[in-house]
Amino acid sequence: MDKSKDIRTIMRDNAVTIMFVILCIIGLVFSGQSVSFVMYELVGRISRNAFLVLALIIPIIAGMGINFAVTIGAMAAQISALWITEWQIPGLTGFMAAIAMTLPIALVFGFLIGKLLNKMKGQEMIGGLILGYFANGLYQLLFLFIFGNIIPLNTKGLVIQGSTGVANTINLTGDKGIKYALDGIMRLPMHETVFWACGIAALVAIALMALKKIEAKKAIKIIVILAVLVGLFFIPAVRDLFVLTNVPIVTLLVIFLLCLFNNALLKTRLGQQFRAVGQNRVVANAAGISVDTIRVIAIMISTVLAGWGQLIFVQNMGSFQTYGAHEQVGLYAGAAILVGGASIKRATNGQAILGTILFHLLFIVAPSAGKNIFGDAAVGEYFRVFISYGVIAMALVMHTWRGAVKKKKPGEQDMSAVEKG
Amino acid sequence: MKTEYILNMQGITKRYGENTVLENVNLSVRPGEIHALLGENGAGKSTLMNVLFGMPVIHNTGGFEGQVLLDGENANITSPHDAMKKGIGMVHQEFMLLPEFTISENIKLNREITNSNLVSRILNKNLETLDMPKMAKDARKALDDVGMGIDEYVQVAGLPIGYMQFIEIAREIDKTGVKLLVFDEPTAVLTESEADQLISVMKKIAASGISIIFITHRLDEVIAASDVVTILRDGKTVANLKTKDATVLTLAELMVGRQGEGMVSTEKRAIPKDAKVAMSVRNLYVDMPGEEVKGVDFDVYEGEIFGIGGLAGQGKIGIPNGIMGLYEASGEVKLFGEPLQIGDPKKALSAGISMVSEDRKGVGLMLDQSIKNNIVFNAMEIKGEYLRKILFFTQKNEAEIDKQAQDMIKELDIRCFGPQQAVGTLSGGNQQKVCIARALTMKPKFLFVSEPTRGIDIGAKRLVLETLLKLSREEGITIVMVSSELQELRSISDRIAIVSEGKIVDILPPDASSAAFGLAMSGIKPDEHTDEEAKA
Repeated sequence: MDKSKDIRTIMRDNAVTIMFVILCIIGLVFSGQSVSFVMYELVGRISRNAFLVLALIIPIIAGMGINFAVTIGAMAAQISALWITEWQIPGLTGFMAAIAMTLPIALVFGFLIGKLLNKMKGQEMIGGLILGYFANGLYQLLFLFIFGNIIPLNTKGLVIQGSTGVANTINLTGDKGIKYALDGIMRLPMHETVFWACGIAALVAIALMALKKIEAKKAIKIIVILAVLVGLFFIPAVRDLFVLTNVPIVTLLVIFLLCLFNNALLKTRLGQQFRAVGQNRVVANAAGISVDTIRVIAIMISTVLAGWGQLIFVQNMGSFQTYGAHEQVGLYAGAAILVGGASIKRATNGQAILGTILFHLLFIVAPSAGKNIFGDAAVGEYFRVFISYGVIAMALVMHTWRGAVKKKKPGEQDMSAVEKG
Repeated sequence: MKTEYILNMQGITKRYGENTVLENVNLSVRPGEIHALLGENGAGKSTLMNVLFGMPVIHNTGGFEGQVLLDGENANITSPHDAMKKGIGMVHQEFMLLPEFTISENIKLNREITNSNLVSRILNKNLETLDMPKMAKDARKALDDVGMGIDEYVQVAGLPIGYMQFIEIAREIDKTGVKLLVFDEPTAVLTESEADQLISVMKKIAASGISIIFITHRLDEVIAASDVVTILRDGKTVANLKTKDATVLTLAELMVGRQGEGMVSTEKRAIPKDAKVAMSVRNLYVDMPGEEVKGVDFDVYEGEIFGIGGLAGQGKIGIPNGIMGLYEASGEVKLFGEPLQIGDPKKALSAGISMVSEDRKGVGLMLDQSIKNNIVFNAMEIKGEYLRKILFFTQKNEAEIDKQAQDMIKELDIRCFGPQQAVGTLSGGNQQKVCIARALTMKPKFLFVSEPTRGIDIGAKRLVLETLLKLSREEGITIVMVSSELQELRSISDRIAIVSEGKIVDILPPDASSAAFGLAMSGIKPDEHTDEEAKA
């Protein structure tokens, strides 16, 4: 009886993730797309989206829910991207300049968002969402009226002739653009990436074992798993699945570094304060932690990371919609992390990565699956938008519902205590 | 400078506006002493502690008069954080623990031991890495000091409540330089054996030289644990004595005080032998936060005034709220022999029970509505009275409503300009009368009155009590009155049940001795205790 109960709790706690796995499998079967194409698309989408999703972790841990105000971080990134294009700084230099420029802008934005969210404790998520819409208005004012009119832009194509404001699309391609600034540094086929990654991981495991940081048994287990993985890629059939895939090594490395950063941060005193504030503000305050400051710091970190994430996104895409690229950032990133099994109270790197994979897998297969099942690609398109909102709504409902299950009826508690005793 | 006392609070007087809550109170604690602080609700215990901890509520309301000396020196304590730095610790009544942290993380909360790293050296001390093994070692020592063998790496969530109390204590004694610890009702949530363990831990801590102020209402624990007792009543120090010179009985009497003049006098009546039961309650549990009821049984006889008393937070207010269905409840209730389904306010109201809520402004009244609308609201909603039908539309019958409102205003002497006046503009006492008027408009057979005199002045109190008495004697309505003020319960009730820790300790006649009431409030059944003493 205990075992079946365990399975039931696992099912209930991971309902969203399990549902998504099933949806993805159905989509894959009905899309009729080749696996190698799906893998090619998937690696591309992970490399450009994972950073944004990972940016949500710190505010969740600090008890502020999903930071929908990452939209504003994306705006900071787009302001930087515009000026890098205006100044015609190309390639990696341009990209790094945009990173550097985003930092102070996003810090200021994050500070203001944090201050505002402190005034609406308990309503951070709806607050962040509406704040994003409001900031969109200011952003449009900036791009339609101030840039190009009050502050002139000289680069050709940035301003539409005979009209006012910045052009609809900002193009980052060409030898003056930052397209593939990060992705293009080093690209390897999938099997080589796996060989390298496994080799390095094995070396790290051995080194840790030598330094007695992990047990020998565990190290050997890890090395065996890595060896199996390498072995798999010697099978031609497996290799064929990834024949189209060209892995942007540096981008994935950056994403990996962000995971390490999240983990390291949580092991510091500041991280402990995030966790304390996230669990109970009253207790944290009584222990002398400045709750408001900690919350502002969490949002500032998240906003900066979101800005950098958006830069990674646009350098991969090669262009962006000036007035629309940032709009869905918060929604898609939030949905992705929830799909991975995170809640509005708890989130890990693993959940963020898994969520990115599942969420975007569905994005890839949904249109053609919709076309094959319903005879119309638009149905699949509709389906994936509907699903992103659905996932968020479902995660919120389940969060409240789980809280309600825990609360027992009066009198029952004493009875169960008697039974146990 | 070396002095006899580690803490010396002298001549503390605190006023909130016109209201004096502490008057010339003295409290002196020697090093290594367990000093019990005893008193009823509103006696001033928490205000005194707020003064000691420099709580903002004190500073924001004009400060206090008198002196607080720590080690003989004038200590100007400006904030709770400041108090902490000066070596005063508090073990809270509600646990200040984070459920998802381990025990050692909780003990070291915001006092983490860290190692510097590359980033922290450049940016900020807050980015230093935590040194978990060292933190665990400190926690282990503190846990051993309070006699807990539990693993320091265990998560707090899911631990028994008793453990959490000890973790709180371990956290306080882990702080360096603690000289004085305040325990605020630490045994309230503990089982008997845990309470015994707690007392032995307190003695151990005291023996190591740390002084303890022990706030409690359990008299037997005062006798068992403390060296000295200070008793407060109505904001004044009424006694300061060595525990070995005191007995539970003398403490109980000092805490409650002698029976003064009743506010309203009435002749005592005995319950007739053949009296019918108006309401019988069996095994009632109510989940009202802060006022949980944990299984009470009682019978109320027809026509009587049944008082329910006890200290705040013990569950007395939960009883009417549970039966009326305002909070989740379970149990069996029979009204005039008919079973009553609890948990549904509408059912309770239609069965003929009315309630005057203790939460006048929250539950009781619609403040921006007129007196007459407030008076007839329930009767309109539940019974469909004061309405008339014109074709398909239901309309309020204004003429009838006006008449009822006028009658009530006259009968209860509600001071107002007329039935149209908004309730929010009335004084507290008159608002209370509007609540009663609304309950009466339901023509109840059974009336719950919860804290009817809270926050209203003496004259209004008397009027309210007289009204209740009149309703009982002249109209024959059965009344259950819940009140924190023992004095008023004793002046009009026929029988008084005393609730402690969610259960009824005893049902006493109003002329029982003060000591009996004091004992019952601290959870001891008076006759049991006297029996024990007789045996000893």
